[in-house]
Amino acid sequence: MAVLVLAEHEAGALKASTLNTVTAAKALGGDVHVLVAGSGIAAVAEAAAKVDGVAKVLTADAAAYAHHLAEPLSALLVDLAKGYSAVLAPATSTGKNVLPRVAALLDVAQISDITAVVSADTFIRPIYAGNALATVQSKDAVKVITVRTTAFEAAAAGGSAAIEAVNPAADPGVSSFVGQQLSKSERPELTAARVIISGGRGMQSGENFHLLEKVADKLGAAVGASRAAVDAGFVPNDLQVGQTGKIVAPDLYVAVGISGAIQHLAGMKDSKVIVAINKDEEAPIFQVADYGLVADLFKALPELAAELDK
Amino acid sequence: MKVLVAVKRVIDYNVKIRVKADNSGVETANVKFSMNPFDEIAVEEAVRLKEAGKATEIVVVSIGPAAAQETLRTALAMGADRGVLVQTDDEVQPLAVAKLLKSVVDTEQPGLVILGKQAIDDDSNQTGQMLAALLGWAQGTFASKVVPADGSVEVTREVDGGLETVSLKLPAIVTTDLRLNEPRYASLPNIMKAKKKPIATVSPADLGVDIAPRLVTLKVEEPPKRKAGIKVADVAALVDKLKNEAKVI
Repeated sequence: MAVLVLAEHEAGALKASTLNTVTAAKALGGDVHVLVAGSGIAAVAEAAAKVDGVAKVLTADAAAYAHHLAEPLSALLVDLAKGYSAVLAPATSTGKNVLPRVAALLDVAQISDITAVVSADTFIRPIYAGNALATVQSKDAVKVITVRTTAFEAAAAGGSAAIEAVNPAADPGVSSFVGQQLSKSERPELTAARVIISGGRGMQSGENFHLLEKVADKLGAAVGASRAAVDAGFVPNDLQVGQTGKIVAPDLYVAVGISGAIQHLAGMKDSKVIVAINKDEEAPIFQVADYGLVADLFKALPELAAELDK
Repeated sequence: MKVLVAVKRVIDYNVKIRVKADNSGVETANVKFSMNPFDEIAVEEAVRLKEAGKATEIVVVSIGPAAAQETLRTALAMGADRGVLVQTDDEVQPLAVAKLLKSVVDTEQPGLVILGKQAIDDDSNQTGQMLAALLGWAQGTFASKVVPADGSVEVTREVDGGLETVSLKLPAIVTTDLRLNEPRYASLPNIMKAKKKPIATVSPADLGVDIAPRLVTLKVEEPPKRKAGIKVADVAALVDKLKNEAKVI
């Protein structure tokens, strides 16, 4: 039987998280179908059809899906799920919102935030903020799964799947979209960035984050923050890297003025290379860093920016 | 409007957990337990709604062993009015929790149910959404602001790119994110008063709910440890290592 992936997209573009989820879906075996639900989604559907390993793209074009509200979207997925052995979505704020609702309507468990596929019914997922890894087996007929995107490679281009429209489901009509305030940034998105530079409480103020931004611009990096920096009001919450924020795994993660609380490490310890800059040489962040620099960040950051110019 | 809040007893967030030697789970003997932090935020939000005259009564529900009574008492000391304990020593997974809560909701008929967005033990992030599904209600997950009005509630949600606001028909489900509020500490007089507040105890069988697990945990392991690397002398040495050794810039 085939497996169904809920595509994530924004402003007419397929998001990278979908590509990671397709890779996880392939590991389950069976054809991979991708559902693109939204309003005005032709370009997204075409992008999904070109992803390697995708056998079919389903499109549900209706105003009710324009803002990915959980109530109409889960009704659609429940209608479609009957023909599939598994339904997957990236463990993003949309996937986490929608998929448990689908699982409950199908009367099956959800397997949250998987980091590995052992077999078609057995998966590995982190528990206790990543301090333990559980291997779980699902006994349900349909597996409903959210995927930790950083744990799976992005599927490459190279497919040529057929695109097929499906009928929208009835909108339960209990919810409506009012508005959104999305953070504007010239920099790459945290969860998709190849390089991330994050600041902690040691930054001392929000203004001082411009020191990080200067380095970020030279590296083409995203800027993140620890929960301590967010709680102190230096930066908004959507910059937060950690168990209660975003889980990231870039090629290079630079932690500046971050002590390394468990909750922060849980969000970034799978990065390929970790650099820590902290004036406290006892800071726990050095225990996970590949390269540690014991230094005053107010001196080190301008030096780093200058050095990268050379 | 009656508000129902679900709370879970979990290993305290300050405890460094240990995986059992036989890989069957996590060591829970002689470990401090407390209320799931996101659930504290849920209780606080309900109490604030009551203080603002928008909620009339706060019923707090927990599912778990007899010791979960303490978690209910904590919620009562924060300002909830009465408690319901669905008592069981068995493992209860999110779908079963949602079914038990649905049964309590059917009896209590609240106008709003507030839950933490996820419990910090199994990190599932499912129960609120599942409860909303079973009830056929709207859901406002990962809430950073909750504004009830006549017949609806406006919920501002923390989403990946920033914030999103939705309007939900009441009754509805809200799950809390970190920035919704800062929970209060219960005062000593309120802790004393909470001891006299009623807690009703029922069993899953009383509610007619099958709680048999759907997922079997085959093993629980420690994650691979990351080795500490080296210290570099200065910024120039750091950039050199990143360029020539790690080759990431």
